[in-house]
Amino acid sequence: MAADSEFHVLAVDDSIIDRKLIERLLKTSSFQVTTVDSGSKALEFLGLHEDDGIINTNTPSVSPNNHQWCLQEVEVNLVITDYCMPGMTGYDLLKKIKESSSLKNIPVVIMSSENVPSRISRCLEEGAEEFLLKPVRLSDLNKLRPHMLKTKIKDHQEPEKQDKEEKQQQPQSNNNNRKAMEEGISTEKIRPRLNGITAMV
Amino acid sequence: MNQMAIAALKNQYKSFVQSMFDEGVLDNQFSQLQDLQDSSNPNFVDEVITLFCNDAERIITEMNRYLNYQNVDFSKLDSHVHQLKGSSSSIGAHRLKLACVNLRQASYERNKEECVEAFNSIRHEYCLLRSKFQFLMQIERRIVALENNQQ
Repeated sequence: MAADSEFHVLAVDDSIIDRKLIERLLKTSSFQVTTVDSGSKALEFLGLHEDDGIINTNTPSVSPNNHQWCLQEVEVNLVITDYCMPGMTGYDLLKKIKESSSLKNIPVVIMSSENVPSRISRCLEEGAEEFLLKPVRLSDLNKLRPHMLKTKIKDHQEPEKQDKEEKQQQPQSNNNNRKAMEEGISTEKIRPRLNGITAMV
Repeated sequence: MNQMAIAALKNQYKSFVQSMFDEGVLDNQFSQLQDLQDSSNPNFVDEVITLFCNDAERIITEMNRYLNYQNVDFSKLDSHVHQLKGSSSSIGAHRLKLACVNLRQASYERNKEECVEAFNSIRHEYCLLRSKFQFLMQIERRIVALENNQQ
């Protein structure tokens, strides 16, 4: 599938073994991979400097609010991050990405060696698409592609078409859809998934 | 002749890994790693094992240092055990992982004696694992050498 080789995943983990593993897993799944060992390096790579604010954005489109045009060389289609990291945790990184107007549409997946329901809910509520338990398996990565595809479709379609898509997928009112799209997160989607996760736990 | 030698070595490798599974030294996660090795990444398992051992030794040295202080910094100790537990889990080092769980418990209870005991257990499990890994890698390298000879 030629389309898959265009998907670029940024993997964040402080453990050198886990970085090697996730890189191999992602490459085996035909994704392009960049690995970094900390949340702050991840933000740097994404073009977001904590002190300086946004110097580079990651979305190909330019909204009326952007002051800068993007000179972005590398597009990141998904961020997969470990939860427990020294300094900036995976949760902190998730928050920063979702709070950034330029990065918030990038899907974020959290990995953790610990199965803590409250931790899982917290991450999902903050906008994480998936919460994967370590050690991560090849089959877990099959869950990633749909999230990346969704974002690509969103980026490349015109606004009217996007409304139509959302209408077809979810039987909801227009207002809800528009609000969800603006927030970059479909809150309606999170609740069912939460139930799914707690059932598994 | 080489074909037979290679086949014999591969069998030896397989049996030895199986024995490690049977003893609980390794768990299914190690099989996952083996599955990720292919012709495009023929040294993957070797590389992971090497990374793991270097990392584990670094952590064990640090833990030893912390336990030698009169006043043990249990939270620093715990963060190191957490790291080792994570690595062990990722490579499929089952018994070593369990030993880490014990040390985490002792550390949580701030019981220095139990920590020392649990740490000794970790060191023991690690040494056992390392020597078995070294044996595996020796077989692997002999296989590769023979396969290269054939070409």
